[in-house]
Amino acid sequence: MKTDMVIAGVGGQGILSIAAALGSAALDNDLYMKQAETHGMSQRGGDVQSFMRISDKPIYSDLIPKGGADIILSVEPMEALRYLPYLKKGGYVVTNSTPFININNYPEQEKLEATIKALPNYVLIDADRIAKEEVGSARAFNFVMLGAASPFIDVPFEYLEEGIRKIFARKGDEVVDMNIKALHAGRKFSQENR
Amino acid sequence: MQKSLLLGVEAIAQGAIDGGMSGVYAYPGTPSTEITEYVQHSKQANELNIHSDWAANEKTAMESALGMSYAGKRAMVCMKHVGLNVAADCFMNAAITGTNGGLLVVVADDPSMHSSQNEQDSRVYGKFAMIPILEPSNQQEAYDMARFGFELSEACEIPVMMRITTRLAHSRAGVARSAEVIVQNKLKLPEDKLQFVLLPAIARKRYRKLLSNQEKFEAVSEDSVFNSYIDATDKSMGIIACGLGYNYLMENYPDGDCPYPVVKISQYPIPRTMVQKITSECDKVMVLEEGYPVIEEILKGYLEKEAVIGRLDGTLSRDGELTPDMVGKALGFEIKESFEVPSIVAARPPALCVGCSHIDVYKALNEVVAEYGGGRVFADIGCYTLGALPPFNAINSCVDMGASITMAKGAADAGLIPSVAVIGDSTFTHSGMTGLLDAINEKTPITVIISDNESISMTGGQKSSAKGKLEAICLGLGVEKEHIHVLLPVPKKHDEIKEIFRKEMEYNGVSVIIPRRVCVQKNVRDQKIKKAAMAKAAAKA
Repeated sequence: MKTDMVIAGVGGQGILSIAAALGSAALDNDLYMKQAETHGMSQRGGDVQSFMRISDKPIYSDLIPKGGADIILSVEPMEALRYLPYLKKGGYVVTNSTPFININNYPEQEKLEATIKALPNYVLIDADRIAKEEVGSARAFNFVMLGAASPFIDVPFEYLEEGIRKIFARKGDEVVDMNIKALHAGRKFSQENR
Repeated sequence: MQKSLLLGVEAIAQGAIDGGMSGVYAYPGTPSTEITEYVQHSKQANELNIHSDWAANEKTAMESALGMSYAGKRAMVCMKHVGLNVAADCFMNAAITGTNGGLLVVVADDPSMHSSQNEQDSRVYGKFAMIPILEPSNQQEAYDMARFGFELSEACEIPVMMRITTRLAHSRAGVARSAEVIVQNKLKLPEDKLQFVLLPAIARKRYRKLLSNQEKFEAVSEDSVFNSYIDATDKSMGIIACGLGYNYLMENYPDGDCPYPVVKISQYPIPRTMVQKITSECDKVMVLEEGYPVIEEILKGYLEKEAVIGRLDGTLSRDGELTPDMVGKALGFEIKESFEVPSIVAARPPALCVGCSHIDVYKALNEVVAEYGGGRVFADIGCYTLGALPPFNAINSCVDMGASITMAKGAADAGLIPSVAVIGDSTFTHSGMTGLLDAINEKTPITVIISDNESISMTGGQKSSAKGKLEAICLGLGVEKEHIHVLLPVPKKHDEIKEIFRKEMEYNGVSVIIPRRVCVQKNVRDQKIKKAAMAKAAAKA
């Protein structure tokens, strides 16, 4: 059991909560995990990325080697492509299709989608729409994304549910249920559209 | 045992709390900031009454920590690598005074300059001061070493440095905490009443003691559980791996089957017998260290150049942080990269936040400076440094904390008039005040803009030592009252701001202009806290 993933996006998009849920899922089930995060200047609307490694054996490096990631999970489409050198052959790109545009030279949506669709293994999902329409909370889009990536994560699905339950416990049942609903919605889309 | 999910920096903080620390002193700086923040937010630390307020700069933090050590208690001081330059005066001398209570100096280096001006290696400073250094290779070691660091410091009566790098600082893993929380030391004055008095006669004696202790430090390092010799059969090469370098080495041998003997170093001085063993048994030695080629240079000397490989001969890149790929390539593995970054991917540079007060300052400043010709705005370190990038292109320098005012002074002395300094509120109290005094003493014609957002915003909104004190400080230092202006930087005041800038640039003396508006990020956080407090109060009533 071993999954290496790059979680990508822009500062403030909820990448660290995805990582926190995964981290909690791993640790509570006696798996090894290491999660490196890059922030600092990136808090000001720059790109952010987190390396997440989960395994049933000890993990040495905090960084994932190039060509070593099983999954790139991106909460924004252009950022999914920035980390492609880390993806292994046969690895999956799971990305939100809703762009985060805070620069003038953001690529055209059509070209961006065409580039993603040219990849051998990808899931392109409108997590913002699913969060709003199917889950009932626009803010839950990051857990729609975790759900969409879940079929490719070599960790039992119920661990992820537990992870979400744990990190949101103090915010009450409503928030927990909302995010778990988001997780399921993302997973369903991904299973049907992989 | 249940593990806690902790960042490397958090592991250090928790280790220090569990290790009997009485106080942490720091000035925020990436990647060291969260050590102190963790202590500030820790319920346990609060109950234990552990001091954790921010200092004006790293030097005052280091001096206060030494004061706590003087009083017999365990103290920690934290900073980023460039902060150690500021604290260096006290740091070097603390090695001479020695310690009473345990003193741990945590320095977070930033190889690859993720958010720093340079990538200097603090191990050089540690060696310079001739004190023991700890360099954890994972989060568990970071926790254990914080506790151990205090013990080592007290056993050797010397400050101990813990050197970490960005990758460990900002990476999370499960950490098992020790069951025992060490009770804080009682107040206890030094037995030798002259130990901390560095008059030449005493300092000479103390320095000889430091020199004579070197053998002891080395012996402790030889026996350290954090250093180990891992034997293997292929003696065509031996590997010395320091700190995180060990992880990147083993990443290339996933089953732990590295064919070469390895010396893993996480405590310094360098364990001599281990290094002698590996260098004598193996045909050549590869050195994996993050930062400068510190060990490599020591081993290479001037004559034997071929037998030691690493950063100096190009086997590893001379700059940047280590990566598993860099180490793998050095070991002869192929990098597996299978995809390239598509050309449509655009850079997303950091930018000032929407609605940031610095934007209104730069817009007005740019227009006024253009009237005199550009190239005369000296800036400093903080969010406002982003004014160097488009669309503002507003500043011409950023060197170290405080250098804006003194560089503007030097340029004005050279005849570049008007010269303007832009500095943040916290940076001003960190290191700008003394430079301003120089300018006042010589009545140098400079215009100082203290862009006051009432927070240390770059690192996440920590408390600024300057809050509510700027006008009084400037007056006290001797700025004339009529040349101190406080403004509200908002778009509708644009013309008014320009007029004041222009008027003060024309003035043949020191002017201070303080545009003041709270950081937009901090404002959002403050409102949230306020709302939560009100909801709590309402629920009670």
